Amino acid sequence: MKKLLIALMTAAAALSLAATAEAQEKLKACWVYTGPIGDFGYSYQHDQGRLDVEKALGDKVETAYLENVSEGPDADRAFERLAREGCKIIFGTSFGFMDPEVKVAKKFPDVMFEHATGYKTAENLGIYNARFYEGRYILGQIAARQSKSGVAGYIVSFPIPEVVMGINSFMLGAQSVKPDFKAKIVWVNSWFDPGKEADAAKALFDQGADIIVQHTDSTAPLQVAEERGLQGFGQSSDMIKFAPKAQLTSIVDDWGPYYIGRVKAALDGTWKPGNVWLGIKDGAVKMAPYTNMPDDVKAMAEATEKKIVDGWNPFTGPIAKQDGTPWLKDGEVADDATLLGMNFYVKGVDDKLPQ
Amino acid sequence: MDITVNILLTIATAATPLLLAAIGELVVERSGVLNLGVEGMMIMGAVGGFGAGYLTGSPWIGLLAAIALGAVFSLLFAVMTLSLATNQVATGLSLTLLGLGLSGMMGTSFVGQPGARLPNLDIPGLTAIPVIGRLLFGQDPIFYISIALTAAVMWFLFKTRTGLTLRSIGDSHTSAHALGIQVIRYRYLAVIFGGACAGLAGGHLSLVYTPQWVENMTAGRGWIALALVVFASWRPWRVLAGAYIFGAVWIGQLHAQAFGIPVPSQLLSSLPYLATIVVLVLISRNKRLTMMNTPASLGQPFVPDR
Repeated sequence: MKKLLIALMTAAAALSLAATAEAQEKLKACWVYTGPIGDFGYSYQHDQGRLDVEKALGDKVETAYLENVSEGPDADRAFERLAREGCKIIFGTSFGFMDPEVKVAKKFPDVMFEHATGYKTAENLGIYNARFYEGRYILGQIAARQSKSGVAGYIVSFPIPEVVMGINSFMLGAQSVKPDFKAKIVWVNSWFDPGKEADAAKALFDQGADIIVQHTDSTAPLQVAEERGLQGFGQSSDMIKFAPKAQLTSIVDDWGPYYIGRVKAALDGTWKPGNVWLGIKDGAVKMAPYTNMPDDVKAMAEATEKKIVDGWNPFTGPIAKQDGTPWLKDGEVADDATLLGMNFYVKGVDDKLPQ
Repeated sequence: MDITVNILLTIATAATPLLLAAIGELVVERSGVLNLGVEGMMIMGAVGGFGAGYLTGSPWIGLLAAIALGAVFSLLFAVMTLSLATNQVATGLSLTLLGLGLSGMMGTSFVGQPGARLPNLDIPGLTAIPVIGRLLFGQDPIFYISIALTAAVMWFLFKTRTGLTLRSIGDSHTSAHALGIQVIRYRYLAVIFGGACAGLAGGHLSLVYTPQWVENMTAGRGWIALALVVFASWRPWRVLAGAYIFGAVWIGQLHAQAFGIPVPSQLLSSLPYLATIVVLVLISRNKRLTMMNTPASLGQPFVPDR
């Protein structure tokens, strides 16, 4: 009996050794999401990118993720845990992970960190972002053409630069078609709460908006639009299944190519902290098929998309701030730093920015 | 006029899941058991309701599944706390955590799938009456269930002998036991009733409110329901009032924002919580009455002598 036990234990030890040896050859890449991967929106798209990495790099990598990590002290623990568990490259995918990631990156100099949508970097912390505002300009143009009441409802989460930039870009697009276009803005103070988002959509429609735009992550607002026979835009992923008659288009995030590139670099040992901001032309921001609109509106949207791919920036002057003071001169293009720290509205936005 | 009706309908939709979960928990707490697993039972109801509705194509089957799943899930809590006398607070919290995780796992294949919505009531002739037609005869079936259930619970607790027995167990399980009352059996039934109500509330979310499945879609509503029960000092009609005040202020603040009222949105967002607490504290100012309503053996495990 004793012999058998010893034999078993040796076998188990050998097995676990083999397992660690194998694990050491693999690079462990990890992700931290603020929402559930089942949100079918922002976090879902990041996770699709993770799956792309698994598909592309096969048995050279091992991936892991933590979902539903709230943006606060909890995030510190999440990053630290992953770093301790042997993750060699860690992607933090939400703006609110910025400070926690900076802190944890300092503690683990051998781990490579990447942070999405923020602006702080370190020797082992790179940042990446997508130019969603390019897509939002197109949404604005479509909204202005499709709306009968001349008012859009805009559901937003938190007053961070990313969101403010989106509102501004949307309004610039809308005003380029209809100068007196209005947007009613509702802050729901959450990235993800289908019920609240649906309530906000109902409130906006009840007050005369007939197009819904959102910078929150669930499909609920579009479903309300579908029920009421009105229109709107999807968010982060193509939500046409939820609103076959209501979705005009959707800004689709495609992180796959970027993640594959970065993990490959980590494998080759060529990884360096970067600062990239990918747009429509890089394929990181995609527009879902333009549907439920007349051909001329579709043509306009496609023309704008092409113009952006060719290098035009929606934040090209002349643009005035909300109070009328000039911001960009004729032909002047906003620099990335200003956009990434944007904390003011452009002219025509009908809301007071929460500070 | 149309906008007023629309707003009232939206308020009812927002209040219904809170009311259902809270009225169920009220009965549980009246029997002396504190189940903090409301959020977990609710999300199980949501995933079960959506799943059954999606797979069978019938939201009605979804509705039944939501109730059943909530009840079955609460049974787990009942066995742990009542038969094995575990700590109710800890068991309730773990029920919530388990529910959130388990529902996410069960629902993986439902993500991104549009589901079936429970149809609104439509009575020819009545629903078409201007203004009151849609309010009284044109809402979703769960709304009517929630109102009827509140009335039924009020009647049961304060007008029936069984209700009196249940309340006496909540006040002193030892005395009740000494009188020969089957304390554990009563509590089992109360906990299962609470689970069924929470499951139904979850079903409302995934079959009416936002007909879809997404992880964490309850988004803390179970906790609001729990708080409502306490602030309503364990009175059914106050729970009803609390749920509707919360819904009204919540919808009202969204309208205020859309209207462009220059008040910080963070303040507006916190208003529903503040307003509900203030109002419920005001209506339960009578200290003696509140003391009388508080189940004295709430949260204490009961192990009968053998």
